[in-house]
Amino acid sequence: MADEKETQVQDSAYAKASADVQEKKYTAKDFATSQDVRWCPGCGDYSILAQVQRTFPDLIGIKKENIVWISGIGCSSRFPYYMETYGFHTIHGRAPAIATGVKISNPDLSVWVATGDGDLLSIGGNHFIHACRKNVDLKILLFNNRIYGLTKGQYSPTSEKGKITKTTPYGSVDYPFNPVSLAIGSEATFVARAIDRDPKHLQAMIKRAADHKGLAFIEIFQNCVIFNDGAFDVLTDKNTKDDNVLVLEHGKPMVFGKNKDKGIKLDGVKPVLVELNNGNSINDLLVHDEFDKSYIRSTMLAHLTDDPSMPTPVGVFRQIIKPTYDEGIVNQIAEVKKKKGEGSLEKVLFSGNTWEVN
Amino acid sequence: MSEVTVRFAGDSGDGMQLTGSQFSDTTALVGNDLSTLPDYPAEIRAPSGTLYGVSGFQLHFGSSEVYTPGDRPDILIAMNPAAIKKNIAELKPGGIIIANTDSFDSKNLKLAGYKTNPLEDKSLDGFEIFPVPISSLTNKALEENLLGQKEKSRCKNFFALGLMYWLYDRPLKPTLNWIENKFKKKPEYADANTKALSAGYSFGEITEVFTTRFRIKPAKLPSGVYRSISGNEATALGFLAASVKSKLPLFLGSYPITPASEILQYLSNYKEFGVKTFQAEDEIAGISSAIGAAFAGNLAITTTSGPGLALKTEAIGLAVMTELPLVIVNVQRGGPSTGLPTKTEQADLLQSIYGRHGESPVAVVAASTPSDCFDMALEASRLALKYMTPVILLTDGYLANGSEPWKIPHANELADINVKFRTEKEGFAPYLRDNNLSRPWTKPGTPGLEHRIGGLEKANISGNVSYDPDNHDLMVRIREQKIKNIVNDIPDLKVDGDSEGELLVVGWGGTYGAITESVRNIRQQGYKVSQTHFKYLNPFPKNTADVLKRFKKILIPEINRGQLAKILRSEFLIPVIQFNVVRGLPLRTSDIEEKIKDILGGLSNGR
Repeated sequence: MADEKETQVQDSAYAKASADVQEKKYTAKDFATSQDVRWCPGCGDYSILAQVQRTFPDLIGIKKENIVWISGIGCSSRFPYYMETYGFHTIHGRAPAIATGVKISNPDLSVWVATGDGDLLSIGGNHFIHACRKNVDLKILLFNNRIYGLTKGQYSPTSEKGKITKTTPYGSVDYPFNPVSLAIGSEATFVARAIDRDPKHLQAMIKRAADHKGLAFIEIFQNCVIFNDGAFDVLTDKNTKDDNVLVLEHGKPMVFGKNKDKGIKLDGVKPVLVELNNGNSINDLLVHDEFDKSYIRSTMLAHLTDDPSMPTPVGVFRQIIKPTYDEGIVNQIAEVKKKKGEGSLEKVLFSGNTWEVN
Repeated sequence: MSEVTVRFAGDSGDGMQLTGSQFSDTTALVGNDLSTLPDYPAEIRAPSGTLYGVSGFQLHFGSSEVYTPGDRPDILIAMNPAAIKKNIAELKPGGIIIANTDSFDSKNLKLAGYKTNPLEDKSLDGFEIFPVPISSLTNKALEENLLGQKEKSRCKNFFALGLMYWLYDRPLKPTLNWIENKFKKKPEYADANTKALSAGYSFGEITEVFTTRFRIKPAKLPSGVYRSISGNEATALGFLAASVKSKLPLFLGSYPITPASEILQYLSNYKEFGVKTFQAEDEIAGISSAIGAAFAGNLAITTTSGPGLALKTEAIGLAVMTELPLVIVNVQRGGPSTGLPTKTEQADLLQSIYGRHGESPVAVVAASTPSDCFDMALEASRLALKYMTPVILLTDGYLANGSEPWKIPHANELADINVKFRTEKEGFAPYLRDNNLSRPWTKPGTPGLEHRIGGLEKANISGNVSYDPDNHDLMVRIREQKIKNIVNDIPDLKVDGDSEGELLVVGWGGTYGAITESVRNIRQQGYKVSQTHFKYLNPFPKNTADVLKRFKKILIPEINRGQLAKILRSEFLIPVIQFNVVRGLPLRTSDIEEKIKDILGGLSNGR
């Protein structure tokens, strides 16, 4: 497993440098609880938990008591029980709404959501898109295994069309969500993707999300060993992953492949896969710009995932800086207080048309 | 003359609600006691002239105590034929109709379903008709005003209001002040409304149409400073007071729904108190965000009406399991489904007490008058915070929109609500219990007390997830007992009249006014009747069984099919007589009186 010291934030421009804020240096152990972890042996959730626990000691300026994990229902939603922080295992789909209430009522807290594809994108879809739209300062980790695990193997809103499961014995007929595209379309200000079996990269993404002020969304491809084993094998198997995963890095051309010999370039607005040793220069390739305000490129990259002939991008698709919802509320209150002064209950009670009876 | 009931009726775009509330405010200011009933369609602007577009505002005021908006109006201000058609059946025999004759054209008559003009065809014989060309008189008064014709004609409601001010001898000043304030930046509108109002008043004075002018003396109310208040405004102020008195920041997570939206609107104004209002994406997010805020240490509220309460049900269960303080306001409206969104009903009592899966007890309280919403919002907050529990506060469409004079309490007269967050590490466990069985409230951000809660069953004390059968049985009992313990913390049921006897009339919530007025009326006719009214519905006050058992008969009038009746029968094993009318309107006092007479038969001379 990865040594956390080796993992660098990929672009230090948005890494905060105030190392002196934190009083005590935590270790991964400080974030482990006494509860026995009850996921199936081999579940991808173990890796996600481990990467979070390894990363959190490095989060600059965040005290342990100010961290809150909120989850909904599903295998992934057991996550808060295993993190030695404040935690709330809530009800199916509602984690983003409950987390929003926590964040608005105490903006000093660092609020994290652990959720799954059924929890966030099916029953909780409405809360997810509105949390994104409002840019509530939440960190949402989507454990996407493309299946319902806790209810034992029904297809999910991210299952591929034609998926054979207990509720779709002849194959599912509906089309899946592309979570990254949905998040971008819902105006999330930080959208990334990582894979459970690439711990270093996952750690880097978690740190990037933590450093982002605003709604940060990470889709994590997570293997369910029981009901959807191997769903991401092509992206994790050492023989195939390099030819199928495109690691997005800001300012770098989109090169991938075992021999770094393939790339993505733009033909008009259409992405095309090119072989580099085939007369194509690295200079012709698309250069990744995480901060591109337009939705076009990030959305286009998100949809490469749906095209079997194209690599699956991981990394930060998009990061936009704009004021958060929670700070908007705080600022508005401050402005009104500045204008009107602290509220007086007596004054409010006796306001309007009053009359006296003797 | 000691009391009168007035009904303003017109198109939903005619401004009847504004006219009615202006008349109410002025009437309150001159010292009458009053009660109001806005009655409007769910459609915002139904096609003009239609029956379903008629919007009404009824007001009952008098020189002694007024408990209801009145069964039937003495006077009807009808802005069009549909307003007559819709309301004539309720006008008292011999009642007065003031009609805007300008709108009685063939088109409007047809829309209202009249073949001939009712003002002229003698079909309204038995009523006193005052035909007034309100639209043309308004236009004439505004000849010099620069507004367009359409804007000018929209001032006709203020002409009618001016005329009513003359008729009942009320001052113009409060409404003039309102106009000035409202149209600060639109002087032409201020001018038009002022002129229309004054023209209406002068019309009463100089024409000889009205031979009488009514004078209703001020009521003898207890001394103090008063304001007119609606139930929704009182509810909002109650929560604001609870926030100040508990020194907790107030968080309201809510989704707009008739007739509860105003509470969200009012509270969104109080930013100088640090109040945070979150207009959520749906009802479930409304309560979920409030649960998050409660977890984070705020005074957390969610407001809704029946359909919204149904949607919030699962989340209430989460608040029960995690034992977080939360107030859920249900401004009841006609159901089921979308039902009658703008009308009143009391049919969510069973839903509130029992309507969740699992054994899921919550405290339930209900306000009995518009101003009582203030007290009960404060009380619901106190109970939620002290017992670490969700509390459902029931009001209804009538209380929410109706208004009455309110003797304003001074802020320093309101009791403090003491809240203590757990900060000591020593011996901490999330599900420790105090004497009330409440668990400690521990805010995220408190060093050393990091812990997890959730919807899975909790082991007693430690709060760890537990599937142990005996633990579950224990926890079910603890949650039940915690709510039962509230009984030691609430006032006894009070009986108005003799404490024992033949008949006790029992009510709850918004029927207080109608029942009280019926009981007072019928006592004057020589009947012996006692009355009691529930504000605490779960748990019931400690002396409930004792009170009920002292009477031979118990009558329970409700705007539902007998929900309190069902609960009292099953809880106290007593027979009760139901009186149920579910018309989307307050109960009529005359109907309750009839029922009481039926029950008591010839006992009227029995005193």
